[in-house]
Amino acid sequence: MKMKTESKPEKRPKMVKQSPSERRSNFEEVALGYNRYEAVAEANRCLNCKKPPCIEGCPVGVDIPRFIRQIAEEDFDSAVLTLKSTNSLPAICGRVCPQETQCEAVCVLGKGGKGDPIAIGGLERFVADYEMEEGVTIPDLRASTGRRVAVVGAGPAGLTAAAELAKMGHAVTVFESLHAAGGVLVYGIPEFRLPKSIVAAEVDFIRRLGVDMLMNSVIGKIGTVDELLREYDAVFLGTGAGLPSFLGIDGENLNGVYSANEFLTRVNLMKAYLFPEFDTPVKKGRRTIVVGGGNVAMDSARCALRLGAGEVTIVYRRGEDELPARAEEVLNAKEEGIIFRLLTNPIRILGDENNWVTCMECVNMELCEPDESGRCRPVPVPETEHIIPADVVVIAIGTSPNPLVSMTTPDLETAGYGTIVADETGATSKPGVFAGGDIVTGSATVISAMGAGKVAAKAIDEYVKGAVRL
Amino acid sequence: MPFTILKKQELVPTVHQMDIAAPRVAEKAMPGQFVILRIDECGERIPLTIADFDAADGTVTLIFQEIGKTTRQLASLGAGDSIADLAGPLGCASTIEKFGTVVCVGGGVGIAPIFPIARGLMKAGNKVISIIGARSADILFWEERMKEASSELHVTTDDGTKGHHGFVTDIVQNVIESGEQVDRVIAIGPPVMMRAVAGVTKPFGIKTVVSLNPIMVDGTGMCGACRVLVGGVTKFACVDGPEFDAHEVDFTLLMSRLTMYLPEEKEALDYKVAEEPAV
Ligand SMILES: Cc1cc2nc3c(=O)[nH]c(=O)nc-3n(C[C@H](O)[C@H](O)[C@H](O)COP(=O)(O)OP(=O)(O)OC[C@H]3O[C@@H](n4cnc5c(N)ncnc54)[C@H](O)[C@@H]3O)c2cc1C
Ligand SMILES: Cc1cc2nc3c(=O)[nH]c(=O)nc-3n(C[C@H](O)[C@H](O)[C@H](O)COP(=O)(O)OP(=O)(O)OC[C@H]3O[C@@H](n4cnc5c(N)ncnc54)[C@H](O)[C@@H]3O)c2cc1C
Ligand code: SF4
Ligand code: FES
Repeated sequence: MKMKTESKPEKRPKMVKQSPSERRSNFEEVALGYNRYEAVAEANRCLNCKKPPCIEGCPVGVDIPRFIRQIAEEDFDSAVLTLKSTNSLPAICGRVCPQETQCEAVCVLGKGGKGDPIAIGGLERFVADYEMEEGVTIPDLRASTGRRVAVVGAGPAGLTAAAELAKMGHAVTVFESLHAAGGVLVYGIPEFRLPKSIVAAEVDFIRRLGVDMLMNSVIGKIGTVDELLREYDAVFLGTGAGLPSFLGIDGENLNGVYSANEFLTRVNLMKAYLFPEFDTPVKKGRRTIVVGGGNVAMDSARCALRLGAGEVTIVYRRGEDELPARAEEVLNAKEEGIIFRLLTNPIRILGDENNWVTCMECVNMELCEPDESGRCRPVPVPETEHIIPADVVVIAIGTSPNPLVSMTTPDLETAGYGTIVADETGATSKPGVFAGGDIVTGSATVISAMGAGKVAAKAIDEYVKGAVRL
Repeated sequence: MPFTILKKQELVPTVHQMDIAAPRVAEKAMPGQFVILRIDECGERIPLTIADFDAADGTVTLIFQEIGKTTRQLASLGAGDSIADLAGPLGCASTIEKFGTVVCVGGGVGIAPIFPIARGLMKAGNKVISIIGARSADILFWEERMKEASSELHVTTDDGTKGHHGFVTDIVQNVIESGEQVDRVIAIGPPVMMRAVAGVTKPFGIKTVVSLNPIMVDGTGMCGACRVLVGGVTKFACVDGPEFDAHEVDFTLLMSRLTMYLPEEKEALDYKVAEEPAV
């Protein structure tokens, strides 16, 4: 590719993807990343703005123009350092962050609809992948402070808090209930969007910062928060929002009906797509219905397709514009042939005499006029009930916090739906206990969870330094 | 960190006892709780009840029956081997208090989980009438242990090779009809057995508790694979149970959900057998 120096191109290079016909039957990564030439060319489009709005758009404040300039100068090692000084999981963020609503949404180049904003996510991924290929260097750690911090949950919030605290010289132990670290990154987001080897490498980096990671450790069962406080100077809770919601309609306990969490956990964490080489089975439907319109629904639908379902339908009660999933993932799903039945709501699920799901009854919806809150409530259209056949149904309508920790910590203040109440530094109602990520906000994003982990790490650092030890 | 198997013994054909070093689990374990284990990187997560635990030695004892791929593979391991993962103690502990007279029923491998409960109930000052049953005498285990943990022990076999010729429910019925004031019944075994016990005690209005064994994945309330219907309400057995009021449980749903993966389970087993070196 030839680089223009004078007038800058308005378009970003298209990232190479596996073709839809190919990728719909494998679990390999869909988007293949930029090569060095594409990355440098794209970096050269950056205006290096004086007052860069992109930094403000980034929930953790990555110095975006700086790392982009370093790419343009082909000084990739420095770009790694710039990125990693604010974001300890760049290979993950480069792949799954909704840049189109964050940094890229405010990029000057995208303003006025004339050109494309800089592909900040694509460049971030490029730098992180470069580092993995070159071999990761571990930063110098600060001398040990002798303070001990327990982190509960190894999702993006917990991992970020752990990494930051370790860099500050504290002794950190992570307690994770599953057998692998990563939270939603390993059990929820599929291999074809975020290869598990990438997550493992990022987790390994945090381990090499000296963080002790204890898997198979369910807090609330193996020990309570109060017990942790006897051994540690502070506790960070990053337990996520992992409790699946169901619709509460008839037929949800039929065989073949899954929560998205179960379906995705079987496929991703347990690798059911490699059954029987891997032991965990999952039902491979011929016709799969996924209920919901978020990232979780898109991931479930695309997994079902790759497992071999001939027909995968997304049923969502609002319209196209209301789909909460990332636009790119909706597009990917459509390209792969997933059917969207929008403005459609399930009424009940029907089964056969052996308790196996056979179909779902739905009704058409219409959006009413927006109410004072500005939101359009979908309402059923009378006499539009209809049947959609299915042998697998996946319910992807959301999750709420798992109550295991709050149930066993009576003096921890919680709010509606069971989220833990924390102030802007992550401090909870209980001294020495901090929280961040989905457990505080409800289901949100990887980067916001990381941001919360980072902010809390700072507050914990101050807290443990000031804490009088008996 | 892998978990080392310290002792392994075949109690009766296809039923094994395994003592595993898991100090943090042993320290917290209570009767009625279970663990979820995974043998290796390719393994499935399977739940097994904590049949015994020793906080001082840091061990948990599991009893399992070889029925499919994972339990067969587990049976092939011995002392000194290790398994990749073991999470626990999971689920709610059994309610152990002074009830008065409690009938403890254990059928098949269900004898293992009923043991620590009976022992706990004895310690709490109850009169414990235990009834253990198996298809045949040669697959009945832990009779001695159960005798020690009970005020009174009855044995039944389906084929009459030992004890009462018939089902555990016959004895439950006899005990109740003998005029014994039974304050509580707890039954653990195959779903059909638990349903039958519930059927016997219901007309007498005796509080009956069963431990449910639906298919599980995480065991922490995160997936909902373990949904059971109790009193018309959907519960997650791994966190809300595994023990529930027997008179409220929808056993038909439980049994049908347990058959969900029959074809896949056969495929997994065939695959394993094909992988095994021929002898
Ligand atoms: C399928 C799916 C796709 C998504 N796609 C995107 C995307 O493309 N982009 C994006 O930005 N966001 C996406 N999200 C949202 C994002 O993944 C979450 O917001 C983020 O992972 C929250 O991080 P967390 O650290 O707060 O919690 P989690 O990632 O949920 O991690 C919590 C961890 O705590 C552990 N834990 C829970 N309870 C205990 C306990 N008692 N003891 C010990 N450990 C415990 C859990 O096992 C888990 O590992 C997606 C979510 C899902 C489910
Ligand atoms: C709370 C609980 C405690 C249990 N305690 C014991 C015990 O102490 N001893 C014992 O021998 N068995 C126990 N079980 C049953 C044991 O988990 C299954 O026998 C085991 O999972 C079978 O795995 P497999 O691969 O050998 O057989 P498979 O061929 O995979 O399955 C055989 C049958 O086991 C059941 N099953 C399969 N996978 C699971 C799973 N992931 N979770 C639960 N059930 C499954 C299904 O009904 C299936 O048809 C318990 C189950 C539960 C839920
Ligand atoms: S706003 Fe866009 S053009 Fe300006 S510095 Fe940021 S990425 Fe570069
Ligand atoms: S096993 Fe997943 S919620 Fe119970």
